[in-house]
Amino acid sequence: MSFRAPSLAQTLFVVALFVALTLPLFASAYYLQFASKVLITGVLAMGLNLAVGQGGMVSLCHGAFFGVAGYILALATPGYDAAPLLATLPLAVLGSAGLAFLIGCFALRTRGVYFIMVTLAFGEMLFYLFHDSGIAGGSDGAFINARPDILIAGRQWLNLDKPLVFYCVMLALTAAVAGLLAMLVRSPFGHALAAVRDNERRARSLGFPIFRIRLSAFVISGGLAGLAGYFAAAQFGFVAPQMLSWHVSAAALVMVLIGGLRSVTGPLIGALVLTGLEEVLKAEFENWKLIEGLIVILLVIVLPGGLRQLGLLTTWAPRKEVAPASGAGRA
Amino acid sequence: MSLMTFGIQLLNAFQYAMVLFLVASGLTLVFGILGYINLAHGAFYMLGAYLAYWIVAKTGSFALAMIGGTAIAFVLGVILERTLVQRLYGRDHLMQVLLSFGLILVLDDARQILFGKDVHAVAPPSWLGGTIQLTDNLSYSVYRLAISAFCLAVAAAMFWVIARTRIGMMVRAGAENREMTRVLGIGFDRLNRYVFAAGIALAALGGIVIAPISTVFPGMGDGMLILSFVVVVLGGIGSVGGAALGALLVGITDTFGKVFFPSISSILVYLLMAAVLVWRPSGLLGRGEI
Amino acid sequence: MTRNRRPLLITRRSLLSGAASTAALAVASPFPTPALAQNAPLKVGLMLPYTGTYAKLGQFIDDGFRLYVEQKGGKLGGREIAFVQIDDESKPEAATDNMNRLVGREKVDVVIGTVHSGVAMAMVKVARDTNTLLIIPNAGANDATGAACAPNIFRTSFSNWQTTYPMGKVMADAGIKNVATITWKYTAGKEMIDAFAENFTSHGGKVLAELTVPFPEVEFQALLTQIATLKPDAVFSFFAGGGAVKFVKDYAAAGLNKSIPLYGAGFLTDGTLPAQGEAAEGIKTTLHYADDLDHPANVAFLKAFKAKTSNDGDIYGVQGYDSAALLDIGLAAVGGDATARDRMIAAMAAAKIDSPRGPLSFNKAHNPIQDIYLREVRNGRNARLSVAQAAVNDPARGCKLS
Repeated sequence: MSFRAPSLAQTLFVVALFVALTLPLFASAYYLQFASKVLITGVLAMGLNLAVGQGGMVSLCHGAFFGVAGYILALATPGYDAAPLLATLPLAVLGSAGLAFLIGCFALRTRGVYFIMVTLAFGEMLFYLFHDSGIAGGSDGAFINARPDILIAGRQWLNLDKPLVFYCVMLALTAAVAGLLAMLVRSPFGHALAAVRDNERRARSLGFPIFRIRLSAFVISGGLAGLAGYFAAAQFGFVAPQMLSWHVSAAALVMVLIGGLRSVTGPLIGALVLTGLEEVLKAEFENWKLIEGLIVILLVIVLPGGLRQLGLLTTWAPRKEVAPASGAGRA
Repeated sequence: MSLMTFGIQLLNAFQYAMVLFLVASGLTLVFGILGYINLAHGAFYMLGAYLAYWIVAKTGSFALAMIGGTAIAFVLGVILERTLVQRLYGRDHLMQVLLSFGLILVLDDARQILFGKDVHAVAPPSWLGGTIQLTDNLSYSVYRLAISAFCLAVAAAMFWVIARTRIGMMVRAGAENREMTRVLGIGFDRLNRYVFAAGIALAALGGIVIAPISTVFPGMGDGMLILSFVVVVLGGIGSVGGAALGALLVGITDTFGKVFFPSISSILVYLLMAAVLVWRPSGLLGRGEI
Repeated sequence: MTRNRRPLLITRRSLLSGAASTAALAVASPFPTPALAQNAPLKVGLMLPYTGTYAKLGQFIDDGFRLYVEQKGGKLGGREIAFVQIDDESKPEAATDNMNRLVGREKVDVVIGTVHSGVAMAMVKVARDTNTLLIIPNAGANDATGAACAPNIFRTSFSNWQTTYPMGKVMADAGIKNVATITWKYTAGKEMIDAFAENFTSHGGKVLAELTVPFPEVEFQALLTQIATLKPDAVFSFFAGGGAVKFVKDYAAAGLNKSIPLYGAGFLTDGTLPAQGEAAEGIKTTLHYADDLDHPANVAFLKAFKAKTSNDGDIYGVQGYDSAALLDIGLAAVGGDATARDRMIAAMAAAKIDSPRGPLSFNKAHNPIQDIYLREVRNGRNARLSVAQAAVNDPARGCKLS
């Protein structure tokens, strides 16, 4: 770090961090819940970015990983009682990761546009599976009547019903995920992944096991999406097949775009911007979809590098030029 | 199941497949020639249906709806290509996905502003309004037969254009090897524009044609989008013949699935797709990496 | 806002404005306060589908509610009414979020909603958790006034069970021995068909096949062909909105209406007749309303509705209208003080409303007790044939309220 005065980007980042940490002091329960929601979608977006930004795999089925974890919680919650968090959380994350493994085995045999479409189709297949079958309520969804908790020796060590507790848990989790991803990106695995993304042919000639590297990244990414989905279900107390729809994946992709593809924590900012934008737009305009659509189009055309292009963001991940798309086009 | 019933179900499957082919062919052309992934394809299908409703409501003529609706969609396609899509050729597929996602949001709300949020019915042209008695208690709508015939005609026309005309030759060249075609100086920009517009127009035409036998409602684009994707993946990107084959497979699977396996009929189509992909990762008639 | 007198470089307010990015967008929005004072307007939150397949239904409910309030000079129970509107888009997955926005952010005093049963159940859950007063103007999910019933939850529409149960006896009495049913595969569809089948089979009828289509698909060809093969005496179906339009038209186009009469829940032909046209003529349905009911309340309602919206009133408008009437009764009993919740609920539970649909009262689970009419489509209107069953009371299975 140099001795220059901190840039605008860095100042904003510190301020945002400060706000996040002190939020419980001045925000009402509603806004604490809103912040939790932002963090949950942030984790989803960060997980997705491992596959998309670092791995160059544009996936439209991450909604499925997100939703499946939620459904696992719903199915594991006994009636009106709380499910044990320590047992169901790993179950849900492993479930999503396992699903990512299965889909990845199929999808990663294809490239480019095919890959995108195959993930889209598999995502939709899972959507219809939950929508049309009798699993947990079909198209109307299912309720989770009590939030998962940690019950050891008769005492409740964690009660997620309080918005404050939920928020703190989410904050800790988000930090952990960001840390994990930052480590991953800097590790040999992360470098190999980037190599495969940037120039597959050369990576192959250098002896990298392309398929395995991609699959690993895809599976981890899916597991993280599952983590987000578990807590989303816990927060809303409700799961519906629409959680698995490709619209969820697409929205997460927009967040990744806003935050910048190469950044680890960028998607978190993207989540904040998009969720906050929707909140404001929905309250003010009847035709909010039109405005949101126009903004997305504008972003794609004018700001493909995300907010970083405006110099508004900084990141703790290794600083890298956003490579021109030619190399990154191949999935 | 009696032979008669089997035959009728086959007819149902065929008619369903034909409309699916019409919409999917547009998608596969845009993919194959332009290498552009257009998730908004379903939104144009919906737009076509609403245009049909609106034009028939204003003028009473279905023929006018067909011609006018397709023309409007074509022009819209040209405009979109020129202003937005053109900037994304050769760019990351991610950008194309996001652009089309944004387009879906815009088109959805635009449709709401222009045509409202109501559910509509469109009457088929009176000379096609009758029915044909198939069995003692079941008759088949003449219009449905007419749709199948019409889609077959469009398919034949497309094959002829692609195989026998100069434009078709350029299209084939572009599908085969985009870089080389550009290097050879073939007027690519204009070709791209018209191919994209044609793709959009085909989707809209599918919506127009199906409006009298479906209902025109806001969510109709989403289901058709996914199905056309499956058809294109099955048949192979860029191959119109593949789209036809894929559509037939999907139509048969869906129709007979509904009858024999009603609880899992919707996922049968995806299982079919997975099976085909295991056997042939580029689709049945596909040509490999895009 | 209090002034900060301590000489800090960074005050709380400057921090907030310093987070100039969208964090401020979310946090700096005005914090609405609940209408505590008796003179402040009562905040009514309307959570309805203003877009999507059920948009027309949502709009009519909204119109009906506002019509009643207008007729009372903008006041219910003597209290001014302020409206907050949220579009639920008939999406169950966004329902909890939207409801939380109404209750947590806008801090409304009462919520009116919605059409789609899945969305409504999510609303019921939040209402129970936050003890918010909820009046359901349409969604018929049996559980809302069944297993999930609560003192603060009311319904002015129907339960799915209620509307189709009477048809079982009607069809059995008409000499129909075997029936094929067809509907969408979701909670509402299942509950409607189950209630019909329960009554029909108890009168000796037989259900040959229970056909289903995934919701909200409208491709019926394969199943229509199957119906033709099965050759039942009649078909009983439930569809609503766009799906109802298509099904009725497809049924006629396949010529089945000539040999196999079509019966259905009233939603098959309510709000859909102009689009269905000829194809709907002769279809018999059961519902708690008919277009030509001649009680004075209905005549007056239809006239006023037409004057306000230039549309013909229908059951959805009536249900919205009655929701306002119910709230009026509750507020009047407490002189406009919505915090006197127990007295308000007691008054509402005992309410007897002279509704456009006929006499309306409520059972212990707060579901309407009402007459169910048998109707037939004649000349583009649902004409009342007879009362299929009078004062139908939903059994409120699983409800623990006494």
